[in-house]
Amino acid sequence: MNNRRSFIQQSAAAASALAFPLVAGAQPKAVKVGILHPVTGALAYSGQQCRVGAMMAVEDINRGGLHGLGGAKFDAMLGDAQSSPQAGIAEIEKMNEAGVSAVVGAYASAICLATTQAAAKYKLPHVVDVGVADQIVERGLKNTFRFGPGYKTCATVAVNNLTVLNTVAGKPARTVMIVHEESLFGTGTANLLASELPGYGFQVIDIVKHANPTRDFNNIVLRMKSLNPDIVIPANYYNEYVLLVRTMQQQKVVPKAIYSVLGGAASSYKFVKEFPDAANGIIDCNHWFNPKDKRSAALRKRVEAKGLFFTYEIFNTYTAVMLLADAINHARSADRAAITEALAASTFSDHFLPYGPTKFVNGQNQGAQPLMTQVIKNDIRVIVPREYREAEPVFPMHA
Amino acid sequence: MGFDILFPSVLNGLTTGAVYALIALGLTLIYGVLHIINFAHGAALMVALYAVYVLKHQLGVDPYLALPLVVPAMFVFGYALQRLVINRASHGKDENILLVTLGISIVLENLALMIFKSDTRSIDTAYTLSTLQIGPAFIAVPKLVAFGGALLTSALLLWLVARTDLGRAIRAVARERQGAKLMGIDVEHVYAMSFGIAMACLGAAACFLLPAYYVNPQVGSGFVLIAFTIVVLGGMGSFAGALLGGLLVGVVESLCGLLLGESLGQIGIFVIFIAVLLFRPTGLFGARA
Repeated sequence: MNNRRSFIQQSAAAASALAFPLVAGAQPKAVKVGILHPVTGALAYSGQQCRVGAMMAVEDINRGGLHGLGGAKFDAMLGDAQSSPQAGIAEIEKMNEAGVSAVVGAYASAICLATTQAAAKYKLPHVVDVGVADQIVERGLKNTFRFGPGYKTCATVAVNNLTVLNTVAGKPARTVMIVHEESLFGTGTANLLASELPGYGFQVIDIVKHANPTRDFNNIVLRMKSLNPDIVIPANYYNEYVLLVRTMQQQKVVPKAIYSVLGGAASSYKFVKEFPDAANGIIDCNHWFNPKDKRSAALRKRVEAKGLFFTYEIFNTYTAVMLLADAINHARSADRAAITEALAASTFSDHFLPYGPTKFVNGQNQGAQPLMTQVIKNDIRVIVPREYREAEPVFPMHA
Repeated sequence: MGFDILFPSVLNGLTTGAVYALIALGLTLIYGVLHIINFAHGAALMVALYAVYVLKHQLGVDPYLALPLVVPAMFVFGYALQRLVINRASHGKDENILLVTLGISIVLENLALMIFKSDTRSIDTAYTLSTLQIGPAFIAVPKLVAFGGALLTSALLLWLVARTDLGRAIRAVARERQGAKLMGIDVEHVYAMSFGIAMACLGAAACFLLPAYYVNPQVGSGFVLIAFTIVVLGGMGSFAGALLGGLLVGVVESLCGLLLGESLGQIGIFVIFIAVLLFRPTGLFGARA
């Protein structure tokens, strides 16, 4: 009897001891992640869009939790890089102190270059959401993973397709003028284009650099008027892109085509809606989603329901956070080294970007590619490559 | 590069230069009367720009209609600042005034940073991108308004200094502080009035500037550097010099931007600045010391 009673007591105690971790397991420790973007300063609009995309991903992940960690949730630590690399580094220091497991960010190339380096000091995995400068993944940093394409890939794709479009149209365009912003992204893109274009029979007649912010493009457009290039290639951020194109409209400068490479506004629904006349016909080689994947349309609907525009910042950062969640699920750990290892081995394919399954080599996703879009009838349509094509390209826009 | 390109560029430079002149006029007035360089000039312009921005953004007041609000407000701000802060803290020593104005600029910029963050903000009006054709040039309407407005304000200031009792008092204090005091002029009041008028000029400049420009907490520093150049170029304390210097600097900046590339536009300004310092240190219109 005694024995039986003590057996029952002991088993009850054992059961409750076993049950405790089960109860605790229902609410596993949240995984702290840093979400770092330039939400104030010259790049505030883009940075805020990035943050929205990231937070929507966090929201989606937290609905079911991270299955690799027993349903643990993401605890997002938001950072503001204030549109400057120094402020970005300061935020990385803070995030490291706070013990984040990984960082997703930081939009602009110059900021990413600084934040990935700072994060590397602490072996803190850093998923780069946009940052197109290739130097970001060329320094051998083991913690840095860029999901999207770099500017070398984008420039090559753009130049190849420009050649094809021009040849098909009977080679109406020969001369090119490049207008770019002065930081790493714009300068790097412009240099790449300037070195590639002559090899394909195009003559680069001028390369003009401008500051961020610039509120007067009259001189640049006057220069354009005097040089009269067939094609204008802008590589800059949203505000300046819009102002440049509107000033061209104002000064009645009409090239055969505006052909952007990573143009800040060229494939932005905001630009198309606010200035349909200025946007019409513009071609862009930029980050874009697979228009045939239903999930992209669903996310776009959710974003627009918030009264926001579905821009590349949103879907790039959304997917970057998803990539991180996938890696943590595979790592089954919130440990920095384990996440880094899982990212390096990632085969993440459950997304709606036209990249295929993820494969990182030296931190660069090999399948990442830009798509070519054109503003046609107040909408942005994919024109190249063929498997994603929604509309036939119109080139040249003006004879 | 033909006339149809150079002409619009010169026109553009003139319109920008007129606003530069307006900013420089305030600076030269303060220098002429108080014999100090006002380091808070850029920060005060930034405050005025934010005032215009808030009026448009929160209350929907058109920047040009904001003139009768912003100009008097900036005058009161300037008068009070000189009377209650600068004058008291400086104890009559010029080098103290210099430091006080520097301190004020730091305080103002950081207050703006705290309230508005470091975002670059601009306003959009119906006329922001509308143009007017003058010969081969398409000039933005806000720039033309700024040009006219700045010239008008400058003319008003020149008239005030030349023809009114207050103007005579200002000139008297500028020339001979002790003598003016002995003649019964309230020197402290004239100091504060001069500071207030200079700030009112900035208020007008802000109303003309914002429709075609932007504002962030650091926006003033770019202007203040150019305004200093204009003041030295035109001759310290000379009003006509500031006006012509402003227009000249605007044109030089525009042409250099056109010919040398946009980011090198300001090189020309500083080349002229150095040349003036070397060959005519009193400036184009400065009295020989």
